[in-house]
Amino acid sequence: MNSRAMAVLRKELRDFRRNKFIVATMIALPLFVLFVPFSSVLGLKEGTAQSVVRATLGSAGLVFFLVPLILPTVIAGYSVIGEREQGTLEPVLTTPVREAELLIGKALSAVIPCVAISYLLFGIYLAVVHSSAAPVVRQLVVQSSQIVAVILFVPLLALFSIWVGLAISVRSNDVRVAQQLSGLAVFPMLGLIALFTFRVISPTVTVALSGAVLLAVLDAVAWRVVSAMFDRERILTRYGSS
Amino acid sequence: MDAPAIRATGLTKRFGQRTAFQDLTFEVGAGEVFGFLGPNGAGKTTTVRVLGTLIRPTSGSAEVAGVPLADGSGPDLRSLVAVMPENPGMYLRLTVYDNLEYFAGLYGIPRAKARERILASLDTVGMATRASDFAGSLSKGLRQRASLARTLLSDPKVLFLDEPTSGLDPVATREVRELIEGLRTRGVTVFLTTHRLDEAERLCDRIAVMNTTLRVVGRPDDLRRQLFESAIEVRTARPLEDPSALFASVGAAGAWSQNGDGVYHVKADDVAATTPELARALVAAGADVLRLAEVERTLEDVYLQLVNEDVEVRR
Repeated sequence: MNSRAMAVLRKELRDFRRNKFIVATMIALPLFVLFVPFSSVLGLKEGTAQSVVRATLGSAGLVFFLVPLILPTVIAGYSVIGEREQGTLEPVLTTPVREAELLIGKALSAVIPCVAISYLLFGIYLAVVHSSAAPVVRQLVVQSSQIVAVILFVPLLALFSIWVGLAISVRSNDVRVAQQLSGLAVFPMLGLIALFTFRVISPTVTVALSGAVLLAVLDAVAWRVVSAMFDRERILTRYGSS
Repeated sequence: MDAPAIRATGLTKRFGQRTAFQDLTFEVGAGEVFGFLGPNGAGKTTTVRVLGTLIRPTSGSAEVAGVPLADGSGPDLRSLVAVMPENPGMYLRLTVYDNLEYFAGLYGIPRAKARERILASLDTVGMATRASDFAGSLSKGLRQRASLARTLLSDPKVLFLDEPTSGLDPVATREVRELIEGLRTRGVTVFLTTHRLDEAERLCDRIAVMNTTLRVVGRPDDLRRQLFESAIEVRTARPLEDPSALFASVGAAGAWSQNGDGVYHVKADDVAATTPELARALVAAGADVLRLAEVERTLEDVYLQLVNEDVEVRR
């Protein structure tokens, strides 16, 4: 990553830290995410029907993926259109920064905290399940395929979510609308993840790695598409340059 | 002779069916302070955005700081120029220093040098002691000054200032003007768009008046001479009894008009030669002369003359 993208990343992280709405969302959503699985998973006892255990763990696993999928859209929705509304985007666009540098800096600034929070939550979840859950739960949760899937999927899903959010943000006129549309747009991805957490697709390390490769390709394509969509003229004047 | 800092040839920008400006052809010399005047919607800001490579021209060509406007030349061109938009666009939750540090990074200034540059820029605009203030706590005038400091970070060859004193109180306006005058001594080429004609008259070497198309370009004095014939204003305590006969008796005097009781404007090609002759004729006629001086035309007169012509044409 070059120095301009680093400058964007540093500035965005500084700005987010002082944005009450973003900080509140970053605290509230993870607390919700922690509460739901603990309340359901820790209630499972030895001898509970296998189908109930799997359904409960499937829901709990899915909730963890809400953080990397939803949290970045809150940040990304604000990222371009919020700056335009504040009048800060035009001075930035007058500098030599390239579209790709600006977008990478903005994307990473959203991905880094989201991934850190997701890993922390999953670590707490694993620790609590390992120490307090029924053996049948422990056996299904503390599995290498599950851990590999979370480690790989979280940053890739967060990136995907960011690109979707940025794509909507560069074509939107209102921060809230951009955030809501971005939230809706990533829901199909949540459906695909559900296939994994509800074990419709057998959760093996190979499946997790294959899924991660597919997601990485999708992210690379999305980055290209969003960079191409980032039309300075459209953003500043609502007219496209073509 | 130095190459022009800005050269535009037939530059045109349309948004769909609407023409923002068309067929702009002008040059701005290196180190010149160039005023760009025009009414609201004349296309001034769009011109700045096109020359700053924020938006693409529909047709025509331009060169800024020696770099042609072309696909792919944007980053190179933008590294040589700086644009101060009408809205200061400061990140209100960040300190002044953090704001400038971000832009130093965007200009690719190494972090080791950035601090020195930031403090020097803030010092130039008299804000060295406000570096750790949050931008959101600053007055509009101070934000404008911080924004100007931001444009100085990269040591630009060409500086575009879009309505830099818009919305500022008289004290802040004067401070910003003094800063712009200071830039002249640094040899920076300044392209200044403004509504304030007194500001343009005071600061600019040359001005252009535009209203979608370029109406005129030149030095304020030259424009006054081009647009208005020189004339002498005569004020007398009482209206003259026979002004036609009196003015006709002055050989060098031309046509005259009455602009109120005892106020006359007499055209004269050579004001210096005609004024004494006119004074003698007035005294001989027994007139009580209150004032006898060349009619001063301001840049506002030039501007209004050109803009009113456009209004007449549209009617």
